[in-house]
Amino acid sequence: MDLIEIRWHGRGGQGVVTASELFAEAAMQDGNYIQAFPEFGPERMGAPIKAFTRICPTPITIHSQVYTPNIVVVLDPTLLGSVDVTQGLGTDGILIVNTPKDAKEIATMLGYAGRLYTLDATKIALETIGRPVANTACAGALVKVSGLVSMDNMMAATKEKFREKLSEKAVLANIETIRKAYEEVSV
Amino acid sequence: MKKTIPDIELMERGHQACLGCGAAHAMRYLLKGLGPKTIAAIPACCWAVIPGVYPYSCMDVPLQYVAFETTGASISGIEAALRAKGKKEGTTVVGWAGDGGTLDIGIQALSGAVERGHDVKYVCYDNEAYMNTGIQRSSATPFGAWTTTTPVGTTKAWKLSPKKNIVEIMVAHDIPYACTASVAYPEDLIKKAQKMKDITGPCFMHIYAPCPTGWKYPPEKTIELARLATDTCIFPLYEVTNGKYRITKRIKDEKKKDVLDYLRMQGRFKSLDEGAIQSIRDHVDFEWARLLRKEECFGEEQ
Amino acid sequence: MKLVLSGNEAAAYGAMLARAEVISAYPITPQTKIVEKIADLIADGRFKTEFIKVESEHSAMAACISASLVGARTFTATSSQGLLLMHEMLHWASGSRTPVVMVNINRAVAPPWSVWADQTDSIAQRDTGWIQYYCESCQEVVDTIMQAYRVCEDPRVLLPAMLSEDAFFLSHTSEIVDLPPQEELDAFLGTYEPDVRLDIDNPRSFGSLSMPHQWYPEFRYKIQEGMEHAVEAIERVDREYGSLFGRSYGGLLDLYRCEDADTVIVAAGSMCSTIRAAIEELRSEGVKVGMARIRVFRPFPTEAFRALAKDVRSLVVLDRSFSMGSEGAFFSEVKAALYPLSDRPDVRGFAVGIGGRDITIETIRSIITDSLRPDTGITAQKWVGLRRCEE
Repeated sequence: MDLIEIRWHGRGGQGVVTASELFAEAAMQDGNYIQAFPEFGPERMGAPIKAFTRICPTPITIHSQVYTPNIVVVLDPTLLGSVDVTQGLGTDGILIVNTPKDAKEIATMLGYAGRLYTLDATKIALETIGRPVANTACAGALVKVSGLVSMDNMMAATKEKFREKLSEKAVLANIETIRKAYEEVSV
Repeated sequence: MKKTIPDIELMERGHQACLGCGAAHAMRYLLKGLGPKTIAAIPACCWAVIPGVYPYSCMDVPLQYVAFETTGASISGIEAALRAKGKKEGTTVVGWAGDGGTLDIGIQALSGAVERGHDVKYVCYDNEAYMNTGIQRSSATPFGAWTTTTPVGTTKAWKLSPKKNIVEIMVAHDIPYACTASVAYPEDLIKKAQKMKDITGPCFMHIYAPCPTGWKYPPEKTIELARLATDTCIFPLYEVTNGKYRITKRIKDEKKKDVLDYLRMQGRFKSLDEGAIQSIRDHVDFEWARLLRKEECFGEEQ
Repeated sequence: MKLVLSGNEAAAYGAMLARAEVISAYPITPQTKIVEKIADLIADGRFKTEFIKVESEHSAMAACISASLVGARTFTATSSQGLLLMHEMLHWASGSRTPVVMVNINRAVAPPWSVWADQTDSIAQRDTGWIQYYCESCQEVVDTIMQAYRVCEDPRVLLPAMLSEDAFFLSHTSEIVDLPPQEELDAFLGTYEPDVRLDIDNPRSFGSLSMPHQWYPEFRYKIQEGMEHAVEAIERVDREYGSLFGRSYGGLLDLYRCEDADTVIVAAGSMCSTIRAAIEELRSEGVKVGMARIRVFRPFPTEAFRALAKDVRSLVVLDRSFSMGSEGAFFSEVKAALYPLSDRPDVRGFAVGIGGRDITIETIRSIITDSLRPDTGITAQKWVGLRRCEE
């Protein structure tokens, strides 16, 4: 397996950077080398932002930006149409979109011919966490779709990452979100 | 006879101040009050030269020479390091700066140090201009004064703006203790220094320190002039403890001297016309009345 | 212990692991996370230190210098405009012989406003008497903070050091960072115990006036002597760190695949990792290229460059800064170091990545292709990838 580059789309305040880090941390537990970084520049609440994850079984000797991602994850469906989410994504890539719509509809809308998966991550988050934060649900879907990390390591990374920032209840709710998203996204 | 001034001398002979320098007296008295367990920081000012040229010094306390605008930050660093090293207990950290280094270029660092609440003492000796560089106006230069950057010439271009009130600026920081002092009243100065030493938290002292070189008066008149400044109410002596005002040298109306007595002694005011003198008189009276009202309204309960 | 840390977080952990006793810092993008993380570590009871939240960078450095003179190990961090505001105090720190360690996030200077990677801020401080390290990875940030304290506190060196890391490319990029055990780092670093300090039991004055006929030039000369000792200390400490913790970085000049190289790229900072990847590609195509990474810019690795120059045909120097009216500092100083050699390699210079413009593998490949063209007699530095108004 070579270097995998993932681009995350969302809006400031939606946990986009956290998702990019969380997935990297899970991949690290699988023995990979990783990088996670936000789009460079000031972040404004509500404005479209990007974050990136690099995963590689060998040390990563690159510090430039990501132009041709292997995988794109869209956390916020309202970005479709205003942000070019498939930019640089080849037809051999993977696109995951948080939307209640089905994959075919999104594929037509974006004109994207590669593998495309949709899930209603916002709905899952509302049911489990009680807030419309789709970041962990999307990360859960990515676990299944990409096969890059094991579910066990994703769980472990989630516990570790949120241990200090969130209550125990909120950590468990996020784990439940990831599990549910993993189950609901159909491969 | 009971001694009113401690014997200890922490500023030795052999200093390099001008003849009649008020700031030299000021340091001597201050250290008598603060005592030997004192660490000092001194920025660019006359006192960057007065202690002596390396490797000589007239100072018996540890001293760091600091950059002009950094006194507040430097004493913050010294205090924090003493705390980190478990050596703060019983040690007094004092910043000693001129009026330019305090009211002008150093006001930001001073404000920061006081706002953060470091246990530091900041003393400004005020000779009302940049004297070390040769008598240029500062924001502590009073209205009407000649300096080399407010030359009088034919246009009466003496300093036209009033002196900045640094003590009130400190009071506005909710500082635990701020006071004025004068080299003409050493017991009062030393008592205030001792008070600062015993307070935990930032304290500020504003010392009136006449400068014969810059003010153009005979060097033997330093103490007399300083006394006149207080007796005319140009430089009243008072202290503000936790927001409570107390005048420490009360000037009765009948004993109050006219500003003219003070102005006439100094070459820097020699060109002032009657109108300018009257406006100085009015300003001094207004400020003195205001101070009395502050003491009346926000004084310590007796 | 392996953690995922950004370059900023790595700096905060570095300060904690080095047991900095006084920290004095002011926030600035993109360094902010360093002061926030330090505040977090203190709030969680993991880091015992005096953190002065000063009102400016100028005060940050002033407080560090004074704290260091009391005998405390001190740390600060800044970037760009903040570093420029500190400039006066940088001289004061080296003149006071205070081993302050500072992390600087290399950010462009305004105007126009730019918060992106550019080394102008630290290069502009080259004459301040500070040791200057440039880091390539978040791991190197932590390791170099440890090494820097050892070097700076060496009584024969006794100088401050700044570690630079590129804005965003390191400051905001999370990577795996292996933190050595605290006890082992404590043993490696020891405590800072200066012979002379601000001490009420032994009153001394620090920094008093010195006339031209007295000691001023001698004090300055002692700083240069400290820098000369630093060359040896940096190499030695890096080797010792490597033997203890398994990671070392080539001392002052980090050589990569230079053994049989015809062409060697000279650069500093985060772009060096991308250069490594580009070298792999070029090598697979038969181009014999290597890299000499300027890990330490002050003291300058003069001897290391002269040794390298014996075996290479050309040096390609990349500057992420520019001295207006002249050329990039790396380009100038590499040439100056090689001048006494009778048989000098060809040295070509490129200004690249200014203001955070991305440096990709493609960028490096195009520079190498350009520099491999027969000598056109042009020795001026080229600005890479400038846009034209028509675009």
